Amino acid sequence: MWRDAALVGAKDLRIEYRSRVATTQVAPYAVLVLVLFGFAFDQNHTLLSKVAAGLFWVAVLLSSLLTVQRSCAIESADGARDALRLSGLDPAGIFLGKTLAIMAQLFVLELVLGIGVVVLFGIELRDPALLFCSCVAATVGLAAAGTLYGMIASGLKVRETLLPLLVLPVVAPVLLGATQTWMAALGTASAGTDGWKWLSLVGGFAVIYVAAGTLAFSILVEES
Amino acid sequence: MEPVIRFRSAVALAGGFPVLAGVDLDVAGGDVALLRGSNGAGKTSILRAAAGILRVVSGEAAVLGADLVCDQRAVRRRVGLLGHSSGLYDDLSVTDNVRFSLRAAGAPAGRTGQALEVLGLLGRLADAPVRSLSAGQRRRVALAALVARDPEVWLLDEPHAGLDAEYRDVLDGFIRAAASRGRTVLVASHEAERAEPLANRIVTVAGGVVVGVELVAAQQTPGQQTAASLGVATVVA
Repeated sequence: MWRDAALVGAKDLRIEYRSRVATTQVAPYAVLVLVLFGFAFDQNHTLLSKVAAGLFWVAVLLSSLLTVQRSCAIESADGARDALRLSGLDPAGIFLGKTLAIMAQLFVLELVLGIGVVVLFGIELRDPALLFCSCVAATVGLAAAGTLYGMIASGLKVRETLLPLLVLPVVAPVLLGATQTWMAALGTASAGTDGWKWLSLVGGFAVIYVAAGTLAFSILVEES
Repeated sequence: MEPVIRFRSAVALAGGFPVLAGVDLDVAGGDVALLRGSNGAGKTSILRAAAGILRVVSGEAAVLGADLVCDQRAVRRRVGLLGHSSGLYDDLSVTDNVRFSLRAAGAPAGRTGQALEVLGLLGRLADAPVRSLSAGQRRRVALAALVARDPEVWLLDEPHAGLDAEYRDVLDGFIRAAASRGRTVLVASHEAERAEPLANRIVTVAGGVVVGVELVAAQQTPGQQTAASLGVATVVA
């Protein structure tokens, strides 16, 4: 399973490296979202620093939809899905490989956006360990849920419009938990907010979706 | 001896429609069987069912001894399907596509270079993204992946489509060489004059069932010599 995951993950990353979609479209889109938030709040640094955590994760969430759609699209073109099924690769390995590739892209995106919120919104990173752990847990959750629902949507003709409708409500706990964790780490949360407690919510979500995807992907690959 | 492909009253559905409506078919090791019939007769569905990517919902379907009714995935790594779609990734290079296909199937990636050479895909084409290739070149890349894998069962759907005269001869050579090594080849084709000389069994399909089987003697063609001269035997050895 892990050999197959490494093979599929490396293939997806090579495709992204060659196509440059992530660097020329997804990353600029994410930064643009952040800049537009800045305009919308009239460049009020006091306000922006308070809501920076939420804006960061909304930007990550919207950008992750593009990344997931792209990950599914490369398997839909020219019979690639049938070729993948015919290859005999372990479906759990395919799921983990695609999830890992999305995670790698989201980590880079979060780094870019992290620099963006520091520069544009003037925030201070007070608890780097909590920030890092929340990024890891949220990224795993977003990538796993996105891959799972992306596969469900990819068999349908309306997949481009259906995917956000499926994914956004499902990943709402990640948005909530990661935002609260970040606010605690940035010192902008209300008094008494325990960032590590919110992190456990995000971590639990990630574990559930990795387990569900590993177990259910076989059925999805065959039936969707 | 147990046939390599054995269907008995096999029924398969696509969108609720019975694309296979009770197929009976036996193909032995080393056979080249030609499936012929009009559009929508069920030729492609037989190939997809034999590959384990179209579920047989009733009857019997066994390939290489694996029961596809119970477990349609059981045989996938042992068969190769060259279908209407190439199954290639547009943004990967020719070499990367063939290499990924081999690694995914658990075959040694060292055969990649030889397969590309025989199919005229070395040089500038080897590193070109597949999206930049013509339809015929894409077909050759898909064929290179199949030849390098050298599966036990070759399932070919209109394999000559898109190929020029030179590579049609090369393909014929591949088919004959595979059969001579005991591989089982099932070919669906509308090009009777091209495909019939390759086959020792001609299966007529209509309405999702097999309506006739004719045993014939496969003929030697210049294609075999062309393929041999290009090193086909060394690629698949």
